[in-house]
Amino acid sequence: MSEREQEIFDQKIEQEIRIEPKDWMPDDYRKMLIRQMSQHAHSEIVGMLPEGNWITRAPSLRRKATLIAKVQDEAGHGLYLYSATETLGITRDETIEQLLAGKAKYSSIFNYPTLTWADIGVIGWLVDGAAIMNQVPLCRASYGPYARAMIRICKEESFHQRQGFEILLTLSRGNESQKNMCQDAINRWWWPSLMMFGPNDDASPNSQRSMQWKIKRFSNDELRQKFVDVCVDQVKTLNMQLPDPEIRWNEKTGHFDFGQINWDEFYEVLKGNGPCNHERLEARKKAHAEGAWVREAAAAHAAKKNYSDNPVLYGSQTTS
Amino acid sequence: MEAKPPAENWPLWEVFIRARQGLDHKHAGSLYAADAQMAIENARDVYTRRNEGISIWVVESKNIQASNPAESDTFYDPANDKVYRHPSFYHLPDEVKNI
Repeated sequence: MSEREQEIFDQKIEQEIRIEPKDWMPDDYRKMLIRQMSQHAHSEIVGMLPEGNWITRAPSLRRKATLIAKVQDEAGHGLYLYSATETLGITRDETIEQLLAGKAKYSSIFNYPTLTWADIGVIGWLVDGAAIMNQVPLCRASYGPYARAMIRICKEESFHQRQGFEILLTLSRGNESQKNMCQDAINRWWWPSLMMFGPNDDASPNSQRSMQWKIKRFSNDELRQKFVDVCVDQVKTLNMQLPDPEIRWNEKTGHFDFGQINWDEFYEVLKGNGPCNHERLEARKKAHAEGAWVREAAAAHAAKKNYSDNPVLYGSQTTS
Repeated sequence: MEAKPPAENWPLWEVFIRARQGLDHKHAGSLYAADAQMAIENARDVYTRRNEGISIWVVESKNIQASNPAESDTFYDPANDKVYRHPSFYHLPDEVKNI
């Protein structure tokens, strides 16, 4: 029985037929998806925090409106992904509980602080840029609900990257201290952005499995290389430098070589020792706790309304 | 006092959106909401931030009945041997026009 099901599943993967929630799937496939998709959802939600930090201090009304719109998008992206994750048989409460208990991961990049306004520009350009590089191939992921959520997300995400680049472009054409601010932000975010693609391929066994199942389509290193190639070009328009003296064109590979990533830092942040890990989680817990009364009140209101609409249904003694 | 988590209190709703006049309502996704009004308002905020819709339906997910994909083979079987339901089944000479 299960052998036959496995066969059908393998055939679907082979023939690029999407797997849907009620279809049979191997336990490990389900587990991998739950882990990846819930991490992804958490990242969207926690990702609102470093940006939200600058909403009240945005330099103009235009910047403020666009930043609010962007942060609102991230909330929506979190919701699409939580919903898609639930189709795998885990409840919303369980996933959120895992985040608040510190058991679930989210993208390490959001454990870095946003120190200046230029950071908001760099988050749009580099962080969202790296995310898009990762996410576009996920629009073809073998699990239907994930792929559909990613299509929606990618459509919305490109405005994020453009608004970030525009912020940096403005700073790069400003006065000396604005230019310095721009370069400083690039310096601080460049390496963590490269880490967003995950460990090198030889250190990432999950990644191979994921590619066999066609959840991922490209390896971590392939996507990272693509990202470096694109950024080397884009940074020229800003008249800024990427903080890596080893970046140079490689005739043989047709790509830009780049320096060694500090993987110790990556694993430290992953373990919870980044500059903002504690702060981010506390902020999520606080928001969840302080929103409890709203959730309760809305439920109470709905229950009361249901009752007064259908008193008989709810066993009222006063059927008049 | 610890509040109950929302999924226990708030039902899940499926959201359907009509993008333009003349088109069908199409499934857009799902969300939790305390009641129908909240579901519609949240659906507006989540799924139509860029003018993707002019009409929203919400229905509680528990009210949707679905066919069983495991029975797909037998369930849709009756249609498999009835190619005569397609116009291409009928062979007519080329000189017959407008048919």
